[in-house]
Amino acid sequence: MEKFTKLTAPAAPLPMANVDTDKIIPARFLKTIKRSGLGVHLFDPLRYDKDGKERPDFVLNQEPFRKAEIIIAHENFGCGSSREHAPWALLDFGIRCVIAPDFADIFHNNCFKNGILPVRLPRAVCDQLMEDARLGGNARITVDLERQVVVRPNGEEIPFQVDPFRRHLLLNGLDDIGQTLQHAAKLDEYEAKRRAEQPWQPAIPATIA
Amino acid sequence: MSASKPRTLFDKVWDAHVVERLEDGTCILFIDRHLVHEVTSPQAFEGLRMAGRKVRRPDLTIAVADHNIPTIDRRNGIKEEDSRIQVETLEANVKEFGVPYIPILDVRQGIVHIIGPELGISLPGQTLVCGDSHTATHGALGALAFGIGTSEVEHVLATQTLLQKPAKNMQVNVTGGLPFGTSAKDLILAIIGKIGTAGGNGHVIEYTGDTIRALDMAGRMTVSNMSIEAGARAGMIAPDETTFEYVKGRPYAPKGAAFEQAVAYWRTLPTDAGASYDKVVQVTANDIAPMVTWGTTPEAVVPVTGVVPGLEEIADEGVRAQRQRMLDYMGLTPGQKMTDLKVDVVFIGSCTNGRIEDLRAAAAVAKGRKVAPGVRALVVPGSGLVKQQAEQEGIDRILIESGFEWREPCCSMCLGMNPDKISAGQRCASTSNRNFEGRQGIGGRTHLVSPAMAAAAAVTGRFADVRELG
Repeated sequence: MEKFTKLTAPAAPLPMANVDTDKIIPARFLKTIKRSGLGVHLFDPLRYDKDGKERPDFVLNQEPFRKAEIIIAHENFGCGSSREHAPWALLDFGIRCVIAPDFADIFHNNCFKNGILPVRLPRAVCDQLMEDARLGGNARITVDLERQVVVRPNGEEIPFQVDPFRRHLLLNGLDDIGQTLQHAAKLDEYEAKRRAEQPWQPAIPATIA
Repeated sequence: MSASKPRTLFDKVWDAHVVERLEDGTCILFIDRHLVHEVTSPQAFEGLRMAGRKVRRPDLTIAVADHNIPTIDRRNGIKEEDSRIQVETLEANVKEFGVPYIPILDVRQGIVHIIGPELGISLPGQTLVCGDSHTATHGALGALAFGIGTSEVEHVLATQTLLQKPAKNMQVNVTGGLPFGTSAKDLILAIIGKIGTAGGNGHVIEYTGDTIRALDMAGRMTVSNMSIEAGARAGMIAPDETTFEYVKGRPYAPKGAAFEQAVAYWRTLPTDAGASYDKVVQVTANDIAPMVTWGTTPEAVVPVTGVVPGLEEIADEGVRAQRQRMLDYMGLTPGQKMTDLKVDVVFIGSCTNGRIEDLRAAAAVAKGRKVAPGVRALVVPGSGLVKQQAEQEGIDRILIESGFEWREPCCSMCLGMNPDKISAGQRCASTSNRNFEGRQGIGGRTHLVSPAMAAAAAVTGRFADVRELG
């Protein structure tokens, strides 16, 4: 997983609440066995018309937002499915950070696991950042995970909260499995205790026949 | 947490599965059951392979293909190449990693959330995960069951644990009898209409109250299934005699003395008197009517006797714009009566409503009636065993005679990953769980309803109040 320390980039304003996972990446694009290549389908229903042509009014079809690395949205971003194809599609497009008043739980979790930083900021702040983002060509927003601040184009710093454990993993680009396996002895102990206390817990037979 | 403090059902199941609590409160949580399907697992197995890792507990893992397999001519294989590759990849992965697998042509194949409880794989008090948000279904048994992403699927495969922070407790207490013509589906749609699609964010919902106690397991699963549509991490219902009766004798459930031991433990799980919830919502069932969604979010729901709501009362400009977008997408205008809306397609099935009880409810309405001209009506049983049971009861004949198509089990038109899709502009009465834009096919217009209401829509060609059909 790629580290996330500090990012300065164009931010795309997406003033919508309840941006669901079917909008981020419709189910028909989930038939892949890879993590990459989904960026072209990101926000497909919003980004393309029924003939597959770009909708010029959609933000990611406009300059400088074609190169956006940050998305700013409204409430409950990422609601719906647990499909990790949603953060994969964002990442493949180049998005490393989503700023919104709040996020759906599973999506929020999935972001961290893929090197995307979800930042919760109040609605009024999000609206302000959207205005900043629309200032045009030179407007850049900085997201500094080390210092836990979002920096507006005018230099004003907005602090944000982030789970310390998640922050640690993102800053160092660490994967969860390696972390957990450091506790293997505890896990062995737990499994043994569970077998002793709940011997009735059935195993699933290797051959389902 | 001290043992004497009153605890909720969620607290108890959580506490029993904490392997270790890390400094910042994140827990390594042990997982009792991991259900795997073809869409969210290929990248997880690939990750294991690249890191040289094994599946730690294949004996707690089971795989089945359900999302994008065809519902007709299955014996001839899968025609769509990308779908076929995904299923073949799953089959290769389960073989390589020694994971139990239910083949596509096995009678026990079906939607992962239908077959888990049906085969006795999902049990009360367990932690159960799957790379699918509707995993909440299994919470109806009193399990802590939730959806995870592919990175977490890989994490569970490798470690049989997840890194999690405890959710907050939310109680949805439902009292009173469900009126004639309404079902668990109408109840959960009414609940989501009341608390909103973000109403449960950060919480695990425990459904309590005499209405929930009176539901059979199928109804409880329908309710718990849609917890994610209310934003909740999971839904749970305390196990009781109805639960034990349901579990008893299922193929993979404990048997004999082991079952008695299990029940003794399961009886300790219900929430203690005096335990507190972070959020409480009261719902009265008595005045619930058959529900129909009108928009592209499940909270956009009205009774079938209602009309498409207007925009004038909405102060927030953004919300109003979103409502307008929903109306445009759905081809609706405020004030239109729901019963005036014609349907083109009817879909009965999914992990929400693909159980035998759902098919019986649909058949009871369809019996002796014909699917309206121009309406395409599809019934997709949730599993091979559901299909077999329905055929033994003659439900298939009732539905086929009415003009419904009788298909092979899978997720089908719930999310249109297989060839079962609706076309742009078509209006569908669907017993599934999501009415998002494009969910059932590009430009398709989904209205969520109960199985009885779906059957009523099929035979009348519009959203009809099932209570008036008699």
